[in-house]
Amino acid sequence: MAEYRLTTPLDDDVVRSLSIGDIVYLTGIIYTARDEAHIHILEDLRRGRELKISLRGAVIYHCGPILKRVNGGWRVLAAGPTTSSRMNPLEPEFIEKTGVKGVIGKGGMSKPVVEALAKHGAVYLSFTGGAAVLAANGIKAVKGVYYEELGMAEAVWVFEVKDFGPLIVGIDAKGNSIFEKVGLEVQQNIQRVREKLSI
Amino acid sequence: MISKLVVKSTVKELLRIASVELPNDVKMALRAAYEREVDAVPKMQLKAILDNIDLAEKTGIPMCQDTGIHVVYVKWGDVDVEDLEEAVREGVAEATSSIPLRPNAVHPLTRKNPGTNVGLHMPYIHIDKTKEKFLEITVMPKGFGAENMSALAMLTPAHGLKGVKEFILQTVVKAGGNPCPPGILGIGIGGTADVAMKLAKEALLRPLGSRNPDPEVAKLEEELLEALNGLGIGPMGLGGKTTLLGVNIEVAYTHTAGLPVAVNYQCWAARRASARIYPDGRVEYTSHRKKEV
Repeated sequence: MAEYRLTTPLDDDVVRSLSIGDIVYLTGIIYTARDEAHIHILEDLRRGRELKISLRGAVIYHCGPILKRVNGGWRVLAAGPTTSSRMNPLEPEFIEKTGVKGVIGKGGMSKPVVEALAKHGAVYLSFTGGAAVLAANGIKAVKGVYYEELGMAEAVWVFEVKDFGPLIVGIDAKGNSIFEKVGLEVQQNIQRVREKLSI
Repeated sequence: MISKLVVKSTVKELLRIASVELPNDVKMALRAAYEREVDAVPKMQLKAILDNIDLAEKTGIPMCQDTGIHVVYVKWGDVDVEDLEEAVREGVAEATSSIPLRPNAVHPLTRKNPGTNVGLHMPYIHIDKTKEKFLEITVMPKGFGAENMSALAMLTPAHGLKGVKEFILQTVVKAGGNPCPPGILGIGIGGTADVAMKLAKEALLRPLGSRNPDPEVAKLEEELLEALNGLGIGPMGLGGKTTLLGVNIEVAYTHTAGLPVAVNYQCWAARRASARIYPDGRVEYTSHRKKEV
């Protein structure tokens, strides 16, 4: 289990060298993107529209933050991760079409996403769910917002981050997933749990 | 007569308290979980949660960006109250802009968001009549990462207690890391479909460590807590010893042909706050540090 301090946009070789269980702190730019942002960005790409933001090599964050207007700008109050599995049906195509190299979220993602990450050399980074004030502490500035019409939670916010983390490499670019590993262990434990419960 | 203004301002304050500070029983359970974990990954998750709780309290910022959808429980004693439901709705709307809370409440089909956390049947207000001389309000802001993992099974008598346990086991396994474990299971057994789910959510109002007064049900709570933590799902589903901080069960008599079981999953951010309002306008906050206004 190694610890890395990485800067965005992520370097291809560094991303491929990460392994599940590694700890990462990110500095640079991350983009929030949850349900509606995935739907709208994919819709724009499918229609051949050019995106207003280039996500090649970028890191997206499954997050619907709370922000406050301060002096004409924005201040992030709370910005923990949202449940990533809701993006399962959209993420493989999203990774392929946008070229993102990192996805931050919580709870893990499905087999097709694990495969897409491996195919395109990207990783899934797990941030502690609900740790929203801690996350906001790592966000130094709001550099912009796209798709603002989708509302505060669903818009794409551009965050400048410093030592954002700790993030755990939950799915690496080699096809390994902590969540699959834990899932297998849970399946092995189920019988023992049943015995304890006299089922 | 308890005025609309007092009810509204109490609801606002309760939402602020609930969003910013966890009840003591939940904080203690999270600290105990941190001590219990051995491996680096689960320990790091709990460390992040504990650090986050401290930061939220110090800064007065909601501990989780999902400030939830608002379920309000009212115990209406032998007191007159002015326009209770409208007072609660206005309290939620004002808290949304003043704290601020994330505007989460949307129309289920159009997904239109009024931005106030107020809409048809939302906040949802449960009212029970009591004989006390006060109005008691409890707010429960419920995050949806966990709410989405809730489940109902209309079992039949042949499934029996084993069937109940198996359904709860499967629900926890299926939820995995999605509901932000370590969490709390609120379980309702019996009644009708809606009563079982209502009881499951009400079970979450009970502090951790308290037990159902029925010894058989209390035993089942303890048995499930111990056994299910053996699954190894762990904090955030990254593996570890603590998947659940507690299991609370409420039961209701049911039809002789049925055995409804409902599970309402609560994330670690088990937010709730209560206050009593007396006819003279005095407000006593009862769930957190004692404070009278």
